Amino acid sequence: MAGEQKQEMKLMSGGAVVALLLAILGLGVGAYRLVYGLGAVTNLSDQYPWGLWISFDVMAGVALAAGGFTTTFAAYVLGWKKYKAVVRPAVLTAFLGYTLVGVGLFFDVGKPWQLWHPIINWNPQSMLFEVAWCVMLYLTVLFLEFSPNLFEGMGSPGLAKFMRNPVVLFPLVIAGIILSFGHQNSLGGLFLLSSAKLSHLWWSPLMNYWFYLSAVAAGLAMVSFETIVSHRSFKMEQPLPMLDGLARGTAVALAVYLGARGADLAVRGNLGLIFSEGKAGPLFLIEVVGLVALAVFLYRWAVVALPIMTHEEVH
Amino acid sequence: MPKSVLVDLTRCIGCRGCQVACKSWNELSVVKTTITGSFENPPAMSETCYTRIRYQESEAGGKPVWNFVKEQCLHCKEPACASACPVGALVKTKSGAVAYDFDKCIGCRYCMVACPFEIPKYEWSKAQQPWVRKCTFCAERQADNLPPACVKTCPTGALLFGEADEVLAVAKKRLAADKKYTQSIYGEKEAGGTAWIYIADRPFAELGFNTKVPLEALPPLTWSSLSKIPMEIVGFVAVLGGLAWVRNRGPKGGE
Repeated sequence: MAGEQKQEMKLMSGGAVVALLLAILGLGVGAYRLVYGLGAVTNLSDQYPWGLWISFDVMAGVALAAGGFTTTFAAYVLGWKKYKAVVRPAVLTAFLGYTLVGVGLFFDVGKPWQLWHPIINWNPQSMLFEVAWCVMLYLTVLFLEFSPNLFEGMGSPGLAKFMRNPVVLFPLVIAGIILSFGHQNSLGGLFLLSSAKLSHLWWSPLMNYWFYLSAVAAGLAMVSFETIVSHRSFKMEQPLPMLDGLARGTAVALAVYLGARGADLAVRGNLGLIFSEGKAGPLFLIEVVGLVALAVFLYRWAVVALPIMTHEEVH
Repeated sequence: MPKSVLVDLTRCIGCRGCQVACKSWNELSVVKTTITGSFENPPAMSETCYTRIRYQESEAGGKPVWNFVKEQCLHCKEPACASACPVGALVKTKSGAVAYDFDKCIGCRYCMVACPFEIPKYEWSKAQQPWVRKCTFCAERQADNLPPACVKTCPTGALLFGEADEVLAVAKKRLAADKKYTQSIYGEKEAGGTAWIYIADRPFAELGFNTKVPLEALPPLTWSSLSKIPMEIVGFVAVLGGLAWVRNRGPKGGE
């Protein structure tokens, strides 16, 4: 590829140095945690047994990996060929995202060396048991979905061709979509038990599905973001028809999410909680109106404006 | 038959003998505490304190009132923690105890998130063998036909240990016999019912009890979702398979 020389130079860029320093710092803190325990490196307490780490990385961060199943759904199940180009980076992102969740959890659980134990000690009553199995199985599926690229690089085109055979690929794609649903859905399901602890602005017997819907939107948005950044880095023209489609998809997913959340609150008579729950009300409004509704609006606007903007950037 | 304990708060004199007995029996280390302005000590349950007496200071009829509230794991009949645990390290035993198996525990702390009474505590300071800690209902004493250490120690009969149905009957009898009691039993219905139940002469909300705990068991909230998984998988395979087939028909489908 023509960009290879430039790519090597890019690795030494300022951003890469910052990332490298952060990684070294993270490894240091991680080692400290393994020697001195969670109490030494976190502010976790009996009142807050799960910290921001879990909220941002394991819950929200992993939604960014949802591009893996949304793009394979579009490209393979629906057969929309224009998304094929983005499947490879999206699946790689998902694979890296899920791997990082695993690495994060390794440092987060009290007994890292037993992180894999849901394989041998079963409790099918547990939502976290489902989360654990979905993560492990989906990570395997993602690896297999990405493996043709590895086989090509390793000089085994035969194996790559085998993995790309529809008879092998389609069951993998469908399994990946189901496992992603199971995972993103059950992350929300973790809090079904907490009906008395959570504000009912967020808690709902259907909240697991709302987690899934928001993950669809986040995954598509992440794929758009990566596409734009990578095409800029390699000084390639932006694939506008695809970006347009991704933006539409994100907007539709967010709008459906917004409608579903609103309907859920209205049907269950909980809209009044916005005014009666103290700080929760404004926070809810910031999240749902300030972020989701604003995003839907901006996405509709961006569908129109994007061609002009990227045209400017390329030249 | 599962065992149960009735805590009659009108009989508790706040001597904290139960706290000491619990520490001794479970060989829990002591921690340095400070004077907080109350006789209450320590200020909260922790990984080295499975039970304690909360000194509830309040006003009733213009006079200061002291109430003593024993805190410990309530040993739910259908424990949210046990349903939450991904590796089955917490289980409800036949004797009524919610038992913990450290060897199985992976330290995810979902039990702490799940518990409606915020009971399980974690050994945050330990790197090598961090345990989830909470009242064991003295399961090993019960196995030898002994009452829990705290019950054995209580000098005023505020703690009554026995067969669950008999203990509940005693509680109801006391409520019926003396109108000084608030006519409800905390733990009879909370979170689907608990092995430890309370009666008192004041409303439980005023005594610092969590009265927002749902009156039905919590595990079904997750199970209603989890039990749909087989159907969801069948549905997904049918819809996605159908879609993929319709959309990719042709000699070179997919590629």
